[in-house]
Amino acid sequence: MSTKERNLWIAGGILILLYCLFPIAWIVSLSFKAPADIANGSFLPTTFSGVNYETILTGSASGLFLPALRNSFGICLIATAISCLLSMFAAYAIARLDFPGKKLVLSTALAVAIFPVISIVTPLFNVWRQIGLYDTWPGLIIPYLSLTLPISIWTMSAFFREIPWEMEQAAQVDGATTWQAFRKVIVPLAAPGVFTTAIIAFFIAWNDFVYGISLTSTGASRPVPAALGLFSGASQFEDPTGAIAAAAVIVTVPVVVLVLLFQRRIVAGLTNGAVKG
Amino acid sequence: MAAIEMKNIVKQYGDGFPAVNDVSLDIADGEFMILVGPSGCGKSTLLRMIVGLEDISSGDMVIGGKRVNDLAPRERNLSMVFQNYALYPHLTVFENIAFPLRLAKTDDAEVRRRVTEAADVLELHEHLERKPANLSGGQRQRVAMGRAIVRQAEAFLFDEPLSNLDAKLRGQMRTEISRLQRRLGITTVYVTHDQTEAMTLGDRVCVLRKGKIQQVASPRELYDQPVNLFVAGFIGSPPMNFLPARPEGNRLTTPFGPVELDQKRAAAVAGRDLLLVGIRPEYFEDASLVDEAKRPLGTVFRARVDVTEWLGDQQYAYIPYEAPAEITSQLRDLSRELDSEELRTQAIVSIDSTSRIREGRDAEFWLDTRKVHVFDPTTGENLTRDAEAGARLTQMAEEDRAEQLQDAQTNQQGRHADAV
Repeated sequence: MSTKERNLWIAGGILILLYCLFPIAWIVSLSFKAPADIANGSFLPTTFSGVNYETILTGSASGLFLPALRNSFGICLIATAISCLLSMFAAYAIARLDFPGKKLVLSTALAVAIFPVISIVTPLFNVWRQIGLYDTWPGLIIPYLSLTLPISIWTMSAFFREIPWEMEQAAQVDGATTWQAFRKVIVPLAAPGVFTTAIIAFFIAWNDFVYGISLTSTGASRPVPAALGLFSGASQFEDPTGAIAAAAVIVTVPVVVLVLLFQRRIVAGLTNGAVKG
Repeated sequence: MAAIEMKNIVKQYGDGFPAVNDVSLDIADGEFMILVGPSGCGKSTLLRMIVGLEDISSGDMVIGGKRVNDLAPRERNLSMVFQNYALYPHLTVFENIAFPLRLAKTDDAEVRRRVTEAADVLELHEHLERKPANLSGGQRQRVAMGRAIVRQAEAFLFDEPLSNLDAKLRGQMRTEISRLQRRLGITTVYVTHDQTEAMTLGDRVCVLRKGKIQQVASPRELYDQPVNLFVAGFIGSPPMNFLPARPEGNRLTTPFGPVELDQKRAAAVAGRDLLLVGIRPEYFEDASLVDEAKRPLGTVFRARVDVTEWLGDQQYAYIPYEAPAEITSQLRDLSRELDSEELRTQAIVSIDSTSRIREGRDAEFWLDTRKVHVFDPTTGENLTRDAEAGARLTQMAEEDRAEQLQDAQTNQQGRHADAV
């Protein structure tokens, strides 16, 4: 590659980075602007102010934001754990066993994944109200499973397929039952795959807005993305832009940290699912 | 320790293809049995049926007097070394070897004692705390063997254990496996496609072709008294030469001149038209280097040498010959089945390394006619096989084995007595 060509690549890369990161930088900058400063016409705040963070963490919006943060973490973690456990068994069966309807399970999972969420929200809302799941944690965990399970099954079965059959056969010859072989050999070997799947599933649940806004009504179960939409300004003539920006920064942080820590794993998992699934 | 008996074992896959077809084989207690054959002959399938990883379509598998057809692998108490070793990458070498003991809920002190003992035998001491990923191929192989010998299994099963090692290491591990088996005196079934391993390790060798047993015999019997064309061509390296021949009284006319047969063999081939005569490379010699006393025992012929290969301790010469079309296609099919591709009809001849026979010239060769075999080209049957002589060879091998086993056991008892 000639120097000129390399420079072009670098320039192009920077351009794309700027394009992608600009909205995030903008949110960060907004979150540090005081309400009066929002329309100052420049990118950076005139003075850096922590007033927005105060509002959402200790001030007027904290009643809305803090429970939502707790709900989001709790609901997403539980949904992730359940979907990992279920998809681990499903993926093992898909990768290892020959049973009728194997294709059907996989294609159904895919169908669920591409089914538009918005079309089932209204019926779900009615059903949940009838059976008392409306505005509860399980009321969100169950629909979140429908989002996370398909991709978890697909990613994980790709991982399971890469574990050599002989491992398990060796364990069986060594005296293990099928369950022991699974628990002592297959699960430890699949741990990186399980981990990757968990991260991906967590993101999907964490980012949901439609279910969050439709199936909740109070701080008992409302997740962060929905809570952001309900922020109000100090008076009815003020937009809560700064507070929303600050909250957005806070909810983005865990995601960014996870991605930075495990980016190799995530890329491996995503491509695994894409190519081998 | 136990004998393994197979009665009319059949393995049929979903599409009806029989991978193993009506195999009956008795493996004696403490015997080292080799399953050998070209790829796709069903030898690995048979091994996996013994260990229980493959269902048996029909027939009886009896281990130690107990029918095991419906038992899971873990209930058969056999240990197996896989071709790719199948070590558990998340466990240390120690835990890998200890794995079967841990599953059997052996107490810690006992586990430590037995693993240490196995590590002693296999010289794995300094590696016990390492992970398999950091070991060399030979070390991994030894760990796999350690996992097999650590518990008192009824039998050892090896599935091409040396095929992933380089040639030098393979030789070392081969003698190591042989020593270990003699020392432990445990029934062993060993699958390989490498005939050096088959010849050197086995008390008896079972040659398989397309799921059927061709011959079960000691290596010497296989080599000297093969039952058919396939076994004759498979055992021996370089392989046996097959020349077209026509009988004329007590003689066979071959491209390399007439071959005299003794009364018995002549009678066996009488009344046939076209035959194949099988001659091992070492039955030939440079005629100028043959003792006068030995000379009358064979025939001398002249032929043009195509290529010579000098290897230091021996020398090979390649002599092309003409063959009828039907024989050529027959030989080509055979060589294809034996996983090689013979492009031209040529004889490989082993001559003394001091011979000065040169490429591209005519030379005089001597052929020892005493041991040649004559085959029916259509059925492949060996017409001159001496079953009695063959049985004698195998009988001798069995006696040797019994003696060695006893030696090994008395040695071990002696060692135990010393320890006490």
